[in-house]
Formats: sequence, C-alpha cells, structure tokens
Amino acid sequence: MESTSRTFEDNARKALIDADLRRALTKLGHGFPVKRRMAVERLPEFEGLRDAARAIKEDVLENLDFYLERFEERVVEQGGQVHWCVDAAEANQAVLAICQEAGARTVTKSKSMIGEEIAINEHLEANGITPVETDLGEYIIQLRGEPPSHIIAPAIHLSMDQVTETFRQCHDGLAADRELSEPRDLLEEARAILRQKFLAADVGITGANMLIAETGSVAVVTNEGNADLTMTLPRVHVVIASLEKVVPTLEDATTILRVLARSATGQETSVYTTFASGPRRPGDSDGPEEFHVVLLDNGRGAMLGGDFHDVLRCIRCGACLNHCPVYGTIGGHAYGWVYSGPIGAVLSPGLIGLEEAGHLPNASTLCGKCEEVCPMRIPLPKMLRHWRTRQFDRDLVPPASRAALKGWAFLAKRPALYRAATGLAMRLLGALGRRRGAFRRMPLAGGWTAARDLPAPEGATFMAQWSRRKGARP
Amino acid sequence: MAGQSPHVGLFVTCLVDLMRPSVGFAAVKLLQAAGCAVTVPAAQTCCGQPAYNSGDDEDARAIARRVIAAFEGFDYVVAPSGSCAGTIKVHYPRLFAGDTDMAKRAEDLARRTHELTSFLNDVLQVTDSKAEYRAKVTYHDTCSGLRELAVKTAPRALLGGVKGVELAESGGAETCCGFGGTFCVKYPDISGHMVDAKADDVIASGADVLLGGDLGCLLNIAGRLKRRGAAVGVRHVAEVLAGMTGGPAIGEGEG
Amino acid sequence: MTTGRETILGNIRKSLNRGPLSAERAAGPEHRLKAAKPNLVPARGAVEGAERVALFIAEAEKVDTTVSRVAAAAEVPGVVAAYLAAHDLPTALKAAPDPALADIPWSRQSTLAVRQGGPEGGDEVGVTGALAGIAETGTLMLVSGPHSPTTLNFLPDTHIAVLTTGAIDGTYEEAWARLRAAGSEGPEGAFMPRTVNLITGPSRTADIEQTLLLGAHGPRRLLIVIIDDQGP
Repeated sequence: MESTSRTFEDNARKALIDADLRRALTKLGHGFPVKRRMAVERLPEFEGLRDAARAIKEDVLENLDFYLERFEERVVEQGGQVHWCVDAAEANQAVLAICQEAGARTVTKSKSMIGEEIAINEHLEANGITPVETDLGEYIIQLRGEPPSHIIAPAIHLSMDQVTETFRQCHDGLAADRELSEPRDLLEEARAILRQKFLAADVGITGANMLIAETGSVAVVTNEGNADLTMTLPRVHVVIASLEKVVPTLEDATTILRVLARSATGQETSVYTTFASGPRRPGDSDGPEEFHVVLLDNGRGAMLGGDFHDVLRCIRCGACLNHCPVYGTIGGHAYGWVYSGPIGAVLSPGLIGLEEAGHLPNASTLCGKCEEVCPMRIPLPKMLRHWRTRQFDRDLVPPASRAALKGWAFLAKRPALYRAATGLAMRLLGALGRRRGAFRRMPLAGGWTAARDLPAPEGATFMAQWSRRKGARP
Repeated sequence: MAGQSPHVGLFVTCLVDLMRPSVGFAAVKLLQAAGCAVTVPAAQTCCGQPAYNSGDDEDARAIARRVIAAFEGFDYVVAPSGSCAGTIKVHYPRLFAGDTDMAKRAEDLARRTHELTSFLNDVLQVTDSKAEYRAKVTYHDTCSGLRELAVKTAPRALLGGVKGVELAESGGAETCCGFGGTFCVKYPDISGHMVDAKADDVIASGADVLLGGDLGCLLNIAGRLKRRGAAVGVRHVAEVLAGMTGGPAIGEGEG
Repeated sequence: MTTGRETILGNIRKSLNRGPLSAERAAGPEHRLKAAKPNLVPARGAVEGAERVALFIAEAEKVDTTVSRVAAAAEVPGVVAAYLAAHDLPTALKAAPDPALADIPWSRQSTLAVRQGGPEGGDEVGVTGALAGIAETGTLMLVSGPHSPTTLNFLPDTHIAVLTTGAIDGTYEEAWARLRAAGSEGPEGAFMPRTVNLITGPSRTADIEQTLLLGAHGPRRLLIVIIDDQGP
C-alpha cells in the first residue's frame, strides 16, 4: 500500500475529530489491557514465560540460518516447497507464480501482516486474481479499501453502522430491507458469503505465527477458524512468512503461545492453533495437494546484530498498540502504513524509509508502557531513540527544531552563561506571571498553550537563590 | 559510611531550577532532615535529556560528561525527578557504551544516583515525617520514574507518614500525561488530547490535589487543569513531604 | 546466478559475522531440536487424576465449551441426543471414521442418524475423536489422518468431540509427548501428522465493535463428551 506517513500530523488531526474512532479507541482502552492484566494475574509464571520466550527467540536469531535450513529440509521431506524471497517484489512474484500455476481465479486469505507488508492483494488483483480476505475484520476493511488499523483487530476503528453500510453497498443480490442492525446479523451475512468463497477458492493463502524447524510445520493462530478453512479446502496452500518466525521445537512454540494470546487479547489461548505440515498424505480425505512456504527476508537478515536486532523477536501480538497512550489517542491509520503503534514506529522507517516515516519514531512520549507489556521484552523506546539519532545524524530534523536544540545545547554546556540567561528570563517571566500564576499565551510556545496554560516560573532560579544563600561548591 | 552523614550532591534538574525552585529547597530540607550533608554543584544545568531524546547524541554526551564530572565524589546523587534520575541512571551508561573509561565513570554515577522519594524511602528508609497536609491527594506515577526506576511504592509510603493526607488513587495513575519532553510541542494536538484524558482521570479521583515526582508532567497537567478551570491543585510530592505547601500550587497565582 | 536462498542465508551470516555453522557450533541447536525439551511449564497443569479432569472441564467451560461426562461409551448416544434436542439441532450426524469412536453404539439412540466419513455440504453436526485433551486451558488436540479428516472439525455448525479421561493431559508438553509417542519410528519430526489442531472452545470473533460473537467461521458450538475409563 501507498504510505501516508509523511502527513502523520494531518492524519492525527483527522483522527482526533473522528467520533466513531474516538468511541472505538475508548472501548479498546477498557478492553484488551484489562483482559491482559487479568490473564497475567491468573498465571504466576507469566514473567518467567516472557524470559523463556525471549531466550528462545534469541537462540533462533543467533542460529537463524541453521534453523531455516532445517525447517526447509523438513518441509521438503513432507512434500512441500520453500521459496526464499529477498524482498517484497520477489515474494509477490512467487505467490503469483504459484497461483498462476494452479490456474487460480480466486484465492482465500487469512490475515497476514506479511501479506500487508508486501501488498500481495494488489499484486494478485493487478494480475487478474481475486483475493478474498476471510478474517472478519480484514474482510470488512478489504470491502472498504482500507488498510488495517490494528495488528490483531484490523477493523477496530469502525462502528457497527459503518460495517452495515459497507455490507449494504458491497453485498449484491440480497434483500435491500434485510435486518442488519445487530453485530450478529452482520456476522451471519459475512459467514454465509465467505463460506461459499472458502469452498470455491483455488488457492488458500495464510500467514504464519511460527515456523517449527523440528517438524517443518507452520503454526497459525486464529479465533475464527478462517485460517483452517483457508488452508484445508483449496487445492493449494501458500504460507507467507518472514524468516524470523522460525522457532526450534513444538515445546518452544508452546512457550511462545503461552504469552501470545494473553498479551494480545487476554485470552488464555486462542481458539484455534493449527500446526500444518506439508500437503495431503496418502489416505487423507482432505487437505491441500500442494504446500508452499514463501519465506520473506525484506531487510530482516540485515537487522541481525544491529540497533534493531531485538525487534526481530516480535510475535505481532499487538500488546504495544493496546497499551500505547499515543495509539490510544489517534488509532492506527494515522501512522500511515501497515504497522502502527510502537512496533510500527520501529518497523516502518526500516521498511519504507526514514524520510517517509520520519514522524513515527518522534510521535511517542517514550513513556515505556510498550516495553513493559511486550511479551518478548523488546526495548521499543530504545529503538525509537535509535531512529531519532539516525534522523539527527542524517540531517532529517526540521531546521527550526535543530536550531532550537543546538541553541539550547550551546547554553546547557556553558553553566555560567546558562545561569545568566535563564536567571534573567525567569525573573522576568516570574514577575509577569506571578499574579495569575500561569500564562494563557506565550510567544514561541503556541504548541503548549493551545491546549493548556503555561504555569509561570516562581521568579529567581534555584541556582541564583542557592548561591546567594550558601555559596556553591565550584 | 556508618555513623557518618552521607554526602549528597543534589541534581536540581533544569525545570526545578527554572520553574519551581521551591521544589529544590524542599528536596534540600528533606535530605538534611534525613541526616545528609547536601551540596549543590554549581556546574550543573540539565541532564541532557532534550538532546538525547532528540537524537542529538553528541550534545547529550557533552552534557553528560559535565554532569559526570560535576558529581564525582559524592556518596549519592539525588534528583527530585524520575525522568532526570532515569537519564543519568539508565541512559548515561548507554551513551558511553563504546568508551570504556567514560562508561566506567557513567556506571559509577549511575550506581550512586537516585530519585528523591526512592532515595528517602528505599535507601535511607525514612519513616517519620513531621509534615502535615490536610488534603485528599491523588498520585501520578511519572513514566520514567515508574518504568525506568520502579518508583511506585516509595512516594506513597512517604505520604503515608504525612499527617492528614488521604490518598485517592486514580484509575489511570500509570498512564502517560502526554508531556514527553519535546513531544508536547512537536505534536501539540495529540499531546493536548492525552493531557485532557489525564485531567479527566485526576478530576474523577475526587482529589483536591494531584501530586507527582516530575515537574515536566506536573506543569503539563497543571496547565491543562487550569485551562479547564478545574479546582484541583498540583504540587511536587517533595513540597508536601517537606511541609512546604505555603506558597501557591503549580500554575496558581498569588493574587 | 545467486539464488534467493543463498542471498538470504548470506545476509544472515554477514550480520552474524560468521559463515555456515561448523559441526561443532551446530551441536547446540542440533541438540535443541533432538531433545525437544520443555521450557518453563506453568504449574497449573501439574495435576493428576480427578483433579486434572476437573481442571480440563472448568477451563473448557470458561470458553463456552459444553462438557458432558459419561461412565461408558454406551452412554454417548444418549448424551448427544439430549444435547442436540436441548439446542433444537438436527439429529443427522457425520462421524469421523475413527476407530476410537467404534465403541459408540449409535444405533441404540433411534433418534440419531449417524453416517461415517468426511464432511459433505450440509453436514450440520460433526462427531470426532481427539488425540488428547489439555487441562491447562481446556484444549483439544486433534490430528489429521485417514480416519480423522480435518474439515470435519471446522465445517459443521456443531462439533462434538469424544475423548476418554485417560486422554486428558495436564499440559501441552504432555500432549506433545503423547503425539511423539503415537508417531511412527523414523527421522525426527516424522511423527508429525499433516495437521494438528489445538481447539479451545467454539469459533468466535470480536471484530465488530469488539462485541464477542460465537460461530465466526468454524463451529458455533462445541460439545466435548468425556468417557470415564479410569473407573471409580
């Protein structure tokens, strides 16, 4: 998809006056985080599991080539195929080639962030193949031509009325006066339509929550069961996954699963966790005849061992979004690309360029809540700072901000000068503001005073008063 | 050190120095009452966080070098701010990760540095307070203090010793107020919404006064409460602990 | 020409500052794969006997699964018929051709019409076995095979799974051990069936205004019938 991250500020402003979005975000804030906390409180080992999960991924990253090769061996032994793709274009081409080989006209898809990252739907459509998203939320936003606004709840920004309107517009051949006033009505309609799509699809494309090196299995987690119908009914199953999704064993996958759902939705576990290993076997009465894993690098290999190494542990649970006060204020679309929230602010600059996504690492208070809840203990604030450093070093900071910062730093490095300048300024401001105690407006501080008063300084600085009283140590 | 009064270097912090010096004096009073000898090195300005958080590592390092030099030799370094103490304690060592000598000095400073309430409660284990403050208060856990330094129970324990204080916890005590240093001026619309939500939460607690340990957040929240005309005072927790609440609350006038 | 595979592995090795793992250095990860050792396992599942069954039932019920417990396979048809009647559901069942279900005397319940096989269009109630139950989260482990078509777990509106108390494990790790033991002798990994489904409750979604609804794409309801094979 085309990024709109450059216009982040405008996007955010629009989000702030979108009443439906505001309602949805308020509900989100009272939903997932509360459920997560309850799930965590029920499991005394949760913190230990986070450490274990982190350790598993660190072992994986250290031996990534080994585990990927082993994964591929197992897939091939079971009659499947692994397609190694360096970038999005190669991955798109690989998926298209498989679909074309299969003579596919429609493909069903279960939710995949990698699918969003490489924009596989656009590529298939451009080549005459119709992709149908089957996760309910993903289906709704596909009908509306929107990107997901949340990693695990892609249509979280929409109200029921908006969904109703979309279904009335897009679902042809149904009675115009049909009842669509309850979420249940909408679900039933989507279920009936998508059931037919599942049965008719030539190829099913799923993402992967994990790839198991030990068994050559692909682990896919859903609550709806859509991934299972996607991978079991069509003749061909294509998995698109990025390479850091590999884990060594089923036991390791289990450890990660134990923190995944609890962190994401606060469920003890998701309804369906499926381990798919290769195509249909002798005697099987169902299952795909072909099994392909499209393995995407897209810059990830190069991140190993560098400033952004830790982000490769991400399991896409969405906890950082659910708990981020900035995401909770503006929602996902404002971020302007596939990944939103703290994880998006870390991933996007690497994937679409720091020039394009430069706002995102800055649009954070660095409050640290994301790191606090991240099941994989990814130090997201530290990585946001890494991007800021690169921006500063590459001169991508607006000249006015840079000049202000440099001017301040010049003073901050010269205590005597700093003291003279600030002492005078504070005495002046203190005198001006003493009576009311705060300023409603202040030159050069319009950003601050737009929403709040600026409390006035007391007057003489601490250092001035202190040196008068005590005589300071030099 | 047993039997001897610990020598504390006070890191005043730039916001306390400029905006609310009384917090600095409250800190001095508390430290002295706890038996510390307090020195305020004159060579301090700011911890450098604005540069550090803006990606200007070079200036951040230059400022950090000065802070490290200015605070060498004290038994402890104490700041009435979780944010500045966090910068020194957590981030200085990172800034000098590639420079063994400086890293060692940064680590040494980090080890000696504490946020004020945490120092009083956890290190000095101060229990008695002579202060009295008759008010229903709510406490805002400032992000850096809470998440970088685990300051959570210390201010509450200390407030528990202040006669007359009734603590009314708010549901969103741990939620960021939207200050975020330069964030609030870079993204004023988003920050404005965040601080408004914080104001809602503070008001809903039913408290007369909001307390916290970081002046940046307190200026932000006080500014929003004042703009909304809310009758909730805002003070740094040190003022209450030191019994120095005679002057106007943050953002309130004398007239 | 360099293949994508070589490029990607090369990128990884470059970042890690090394070439392909030497046999010596590969020993660690190699062992990890062979040993497949449990990591930290929550104590919740470390219960035995009746307590374990009770935990399985309690956890399953928390996620909207209905659980019935019977003393013998002979009682299954009655329980199933009663469940279907209570929910006003059709009485035509499609049962997996699973030997584990062979002991169930369906014919004793004249109201039920039971056919064996994989699902065809229009099957509304599916009956399957399960390799294991996992008490920790009230989860079923189902495996694919000639006698257990995967689609039967997903297409019918109502899924009925039958398992014995002896098939209930405390933890996932125990269920994996059971699966490994059930698998054929062969190279590591070869025990793995084409599909392993871990199922915890009926299908659901909260994608419309975060309202939880059951029956998104998979079954709308899940009945687990537990046959007591441990005796009193």
